[in-house]
Amino acid sequence: MHMLKRTPLFEEHRKLAGKMVDFGGWELPVQYSGLAQEHQAVRTACGIFDVSHMGEILVSGPGSLKFVNHVTTNDASSLSVLQAQYSAFCRADGGVIDDLVVYRLGEEEFLLVVNAANIEKDFEHLQVQLAKLEGPRPLVKNESSHYAQIAVQGPLSERILQRLTSTPLHEIRTYWFRQGEVSGVSALIARTGYTGEDGFEIYLSPDHASRVWTALLEAGTPDGLVPCGLGARDTLRLEMKYALYGHELTDETNPLEVGLGWITKMGKADFVGKDFLTQVKAQGPMRSLVGITGLGRGIPRQGYEIYDAESNRCIGKVTSGTLSPTLKKPIGIGLIEKSYEKVGTQVRVKIREEFHEFLVCKTPFIEKTQIKTGEKK
Amino acid sequence: MNYPSHLKYTKDHEWAELVSDHRVRVGITDHAQSSLGDIVFLELPKTGKELKGHDTFGVVESIKAVSNLYSPISGRVVEVNSELAQDPGRINSNPHSEWFLEIESTDAKTQLQSLMDAAAYSEFIKGL
Repeated sequence: MHMLKRTPLFEEHRKLAGKMVDFGGWELPVQYSGLAQEHQAVRTACGIFDVSHMGEILVSGPGSLKFVNHVTTNDASSLSVLQAQYSAFCRADGGVIDDLVVYRLGEEEFLLVVNAANIEKDFEHLQVQLAKLEGPRPLVKNESSHYAQIAVQGPLSERILQRLTSTPLHEIRTYWFRQGEVSGVSALIARTGYTGEDGFEIYLSPDHASRVWTALLEAGTPDGLVPCGLGARDTLRLEMKYALYGHELTDETNPLEVGLGWITKMGKADFVGKDFLTQVKAQGPMRSLVGITGLGRGIPRQGYEIYDAESNRCIGKVTSGTLSPTLKKPIGIGLIEKSYEKVGTQVRVKIREEFHEFLVCKTPFIEKTQIKTGEKK
Repeated sequence: MNYPSHLKYTKDHEWAELVSDHRVRVGITDHAQSSLGDIVFLELPKTGKELKGHDTFGVVESIKAVSNLYSPISGRVVEVNSELAQDPGRINSNPHSEWFLEIESTDAKTQLQSLMDAAAYSEFIKGL
């Protein structure tokens, strides 16, 4: 058996009796007490997640903005210092290499937070692009091992986290961040997340991750805070129809067909993939990423085929699916032929040789709880 | 967890209980339910279905995972617990009493002898 990588919080997971699994080469908890309960805690109170496996690539020095804007689809030049944005790396043929969050640390300094499984691939792509860059070349470093990351998610996140920091959290708006301290540990505190709830992602040194994790548990447990595993992280993002790399996003899908047109800024100067995506945009994407909900009990899962309601024609595939812990109904995300994308369209999913009735539905699957975004600066 | 001594166990984490000379009740073990997590879906065969030992007879799903169910013995399905399929979360609470189906076979008793007893099964899962 190959050795699994461990995050700096591994011992904490063990103490909490987390059920450890192999997650893309990382030994991480899929759940602690139970997925449904953890999911519910994030929707109603607060949950903390160890997401230290995520990758961090630092781009710094003259040329940084130009470079980041060339390799990502969103417009990094629209970011203020201390602001973040969701973005993607594309290949020249439009395929998505990875999705990421870009944090602008300074005028010419960016932190790119990428998926754990793609760190090497991303870094290689950046090296290739860097070599072609004209003008000053920024420093591009894979800093992944120097960062731990803890996500604090749920409507009570601000109240709980505020007990551990003097940074006025209400001043941080959604997709903005501050440099501050949590439990005396210096940290980047960002109002970002992957659950659809209000919350924060805290980036800090691996050496002090345990101290902050433990302090969060102590500060939040009376308010219903629980540690959450990757299982709940997946169902929470699925209820919001947030894309997950390897499911909705792959090297073979382009951002326009998976609903990421909003982070693909055609108006900006040349970027990798722009020519191809301009064509796709002109013709209109062939496929569409939709939410589907089951009329029966059968649960759609990644890879299951989606069919036309009447004919035996396969029109696409399920990219993610589960039983929604909030709705108690089967839900799924599917990449299907565009002509079927309208809400209310009947489709069928083949589950173990049997056809199950589904409807294309409105997404997010759940009504977004009121997200407090902090006061304007 | 205590594995009841009146049950027999398979490597696929099913348990089998002899309820009469020719009849065996089947469920999944505590180890299985715990590995799966919150169980939300159960697909069972129709009565009358003929099964061979190790045949897939159904599917159990948690929020996160899909897992096949394997028949511990050869025989005919004579009873299906359709009530449990309506409320599969009960499996998590009482794995060793919530049964899925009953299989009839004239040599049920003999077939069960080849399965693990509680002590052997406890050892088996320790090694996983």
